[in-house]
Amino acid sequence: MSDENLLAALGEIVQEATGIPAVRVVPAASFVDDLDIDSLSMVEIATMAEDRFHVSIPDPELAKLKTVGDVLEFLAAAGVPA
Amino acid sequence: MIRATAVERHSRILGLGEYRPAKVVSNDDLALTLDTNDEWIQQRTGIASRRIAGDEDSVVAMATAATTKALADSGVDPGRVGQVIVATCSMTKHVPGASAQVAHAIGATAAGAYDVNAACAGFCYALAAASDAIRTGQTEYVVVAAAERLSDWVDWTERSSAILFADGAGAVVVGPAAAPGIGPLVCGSDGGAADLIGMTDHRLLRLDGPAVFRWATTEMGHAARRVCDAAGVDPADLGAVVLHQANLRIVASIAKQLGATNAVVADDVIETGNTSAASVPLALARLRREGKVATGDLALTLAFGAGLTWAGSVVTVP
Repeated sequence: MSDENLLAALGEIVQEATGIPAVRVVPAASFVDDLDIDSLSMVEIATMAEDRFHVSIPDPELAKLKTVGDVLEFLAAAGVPA
Repeated sequence: MIRATAVERHSRILGLGEYRPAKVVSNDDLALTLDTNDEWIQQRTGIASRRIAGDEDSVVAMATAATTKALADSGVDPGRVGQVIVATCSMTKHVPGASAQVAHAIGATAAGAYDVNAACAGFCYALAAASDAIRTGQTEYVVVAAAERLSDWVDWTERSSAILFADGAGAVVVGPAAAPGIGPLVCGSDGGAADLIGMTDHRLLRLDGPAVFRWATTEMGHAARRVCDAAGVDPADLGAVVLHQANLRIVASIAKQLGATNAVVADDVIETGNTSAASVPLALARLRREGKVATGDLALTLAFGAGLTWAGSVVTVP
């Protein structure tokens, strides 16, 4: 999966969980400040990402994921092929 | 040698009762003293308003009021009630319990009485105990009341719990039936996550909202299906899904996972808030009062919360 494909997949998840258009899901976007996503929607995004990418995102790790780019880096570090 | 139980029969809910305190507290009311607003609260919880107990609304008084209505609904004379069970986690004095006082107040002079504390799941556990008491012939009629006065335990300066918790009581009368009216109890727990919902050293409620949300939305969908499987009921045959009214987003997520396509999903949390053990009987009573379920419909009940502990069963609406 290329960087672009990983970003696109994350965009689909965010759109499904929140209704926010996937095109707004860009690496620099802050979930809270730019996308106005609340903590419960972040949990939904995390659980959907866990299912999609076959990774575990524990609550302490989830709390550190402030931007879309943070999630992409987390997924890469977790071994999800870019 | 202990004599074998002579009776094995079926059980069902015969009557429903609800008690809602008169005082309505809106989100705008909370916004006067908390850093929040109506949109913020509704987006995260679905709650628009909640009922808060007045001075006269003790746990015992609310349980008694709901029970009195349930008895009237069932047509059962209080003198024939053999057991009174009260599910609650919010008594300010843990001793004595609420149940004997409720039995006394309703005139159930011959009844045994005990309290159940399984936090938000308490009603479902108590209902199963009542059902088994009927099925094994211990007694003819059992009252199960669930009453909470959580406002005594809320830190009204702490937003995440102040917007959620509320007060109220629901009750049912359980008795013998010709066919099964209460399905098998399905239950579980995770004490390893006990710290997700609890009390501070100052005896005030605290919860880790996102972590509880994750647990409920990932585990309780499976639990709901197990409750249906144990009862032999296809989710498509449910008339109602009555989940613990913790948060409307949790309710919607579990209901979606269950796929009960023909069922009304109880949403009493919108105007009632989270009343812990009382939420399932309150929500069921509201559905019937509003004509959204009818006598004989099948309703999934499932409640979950502090412990962590959860329980549920399929019931026939009285």
